[in-house]
Amino acid sequence: MAEKEVKLMKGNEVIAHAAIRYGCDGYFGYPITPQSEVMETLMELKPWETTGMVVLQAESEISSINMVYGGAGAGKRVMTSSSSPGISLMAEGISYLAGAELPCLIINCQRGGPGLGTIQPSQGDYFQAVKGGGHGDYHLIVLAPNSVQEMHDHVAEAFDLAFKYRNPAMILADGAIGQMMEKVVLAPQRPRKTDAEIAEECRTWAATGKPAGRERNVITSLELQSEKMEIINQRLQAKYKTLEENEVRYEAIDCDDADYVIVAFGSSARICSATVEMARAEGLKVGLLRPITLYPFPTKQIAQLAARGVKGFLSAELNAGQMVEDVRLAVNGLAPVAHYGRQGGMLFAPDEVLAALKEKLIDKK
Amino acid sequence: MKETLIIAGFGGQGVLSMGKILAYSGVMQDFEVTWMPSYGPEMRGGTANVTVILSDRKISSPIAHEFDTAVILNQQSMEKFEPMVKPGGVLIYDTNGITRHPVREDISVYAIDATAECARMGQAKLFNTMILGGYLKVCPVVEMENVMIGLKKSLPERAWKMLPANEEAIRRGGEIIRKIR
Repeated sequence: MAEKEVKLMKGNEVIAHAAIRYGCDGYFGYPITPQSEVMETLMELKPWETTGMVVLQAESEISSINMVYGGAGAGKRVMTSSSSPGISLMAEGISYLAGAELPCLIINCQRGGPGLGTIQPSQGDYFQAVKGGGHGDYHLIVLAPNSVQEMHDHVAEAFDLAFKYRNPAMILADGAIGQMMEKVVLAPQRPRKTDAEIAEECRTWAATGKPAGRERNVITSLELQSEKMEIINQRLQAKYKTLEENEVRYEAIDCDDADYVIVAFGSSARICSATVEMARAEGLKVGLLRPITLYPFPTKQIAQLAARGVKGFLSAELNAGQMVEDVRLAVNGLAPVAHYGRQGGMLFAPDEVLAALKEKLIDKK
Repeated sequence: MKETLIIAGFGGQGVLSMGKILAYSGVMQDFEVTWMPSYGPEMRGGTANVTVILSDRKISSPIAHEFDTAVILNQQSMEKFEPMVKPGGVLIYDTNGITRHPVREDISVYAIDATAECARMGQAKLFNTMILGGYLKVCPVVEMENVMIGLKKSLPERAWKMLPANEEAIRRGGEIIRKIR
């Protein structure tokens, strides 16, 4: 086996490397802090000279997402990246992609909001990523990396899921993961799909040119007949149900014997894993449930913990309380569910979360 | 082994790159590493800091509010980070521009006059590697051989001609650092 390529890289930089190595066909983006290194790294690496991948700085986020729509409609593996305000600009396009059932990768390296907010890390876009953001009944597949290695790994995972389900996928990171450097092992270079391979793989839906002997494929999210539109909606919902049944990913740390469980994702989960170590050192049975997919959400896993007799759940997020709603739905009244968060680009420290856990749940008993 | 370090000073002093050299040196020594910068509006002349963690185990939180060691390179950072050194920890500072020297008695304090030494040598650009040399003398967390590889890996190829001068600065930093208490 070839020696592993261990590099020290920022989360944003590794996205660029991972996309090229996955065989991504095109990146369309517009710069915004704290994720501008994604496109900067792509421009430095010049993949158009090696794999033939297109890298294009569009004139706006609205352009970028619609270029993604075009590329995805042709069955290409295409992506964009932005940060919170830029993702809001893309919302219409994202809804269209979901409606037209187009696979693509969208990266949101979150910063604090609302509005222009701040450029420091936040998890204030959970609702936007998981519950919509754009209009209509749709879901994105949402992955939440908690390390630079996962930023790398999730690129391939998100593309694979997007194509498996013909659905846009989002990597919901934040400024902390994007700007942080860690060790990372890069995947080997894969060749990009050839046009013939794409025409074969995506023959039932992609606009790759109509051969004789089949109906033309139409890429659209428009259907003016309500009867037909309802059927499309039902088909989408059936797809989401399959996703919920088959594609939940999570990590459980010390949950087996835990009296209290912290639920946290992304950079917060990294911080909270240190909280668990501190709590265990004090003799408190605390565990961490980390959703890796935010949609589909590990509802069943949390419900099982509640049914097993966990005495309380703390949803620790860098926001005013968003994922906590999904935790409450999963726990369904079996145990108290509290939230602890920081906002405005502030991060919490492990001991701060432990203090919140004691104050809101343990000492209340 | 786990070392949680903050390097803090002005943007332009090479704070982030010093952290990167150390992080790469840690990678060469097979440590787990995290390098977490303050980022954004903090530009040349503003404040800049980076948290570097080196560990022989998986690193849980890359964010810390308590440090084993603080390397402090301006007064604002002294105000902010002196209180955040763990009891028994280490504080290293460059005396240039410091108007209020460290006061804590429960930590080890070292001073390094790297700004002055670099000015004397006419080599302002070697400031951060000289500080790194001072730090490594006090906290030899990575082997010098790995530091040299880390240094090379962190620099773009066009800057490799500066490697010998930086190696010399690291050595010199080790010589001029002095224990205050």
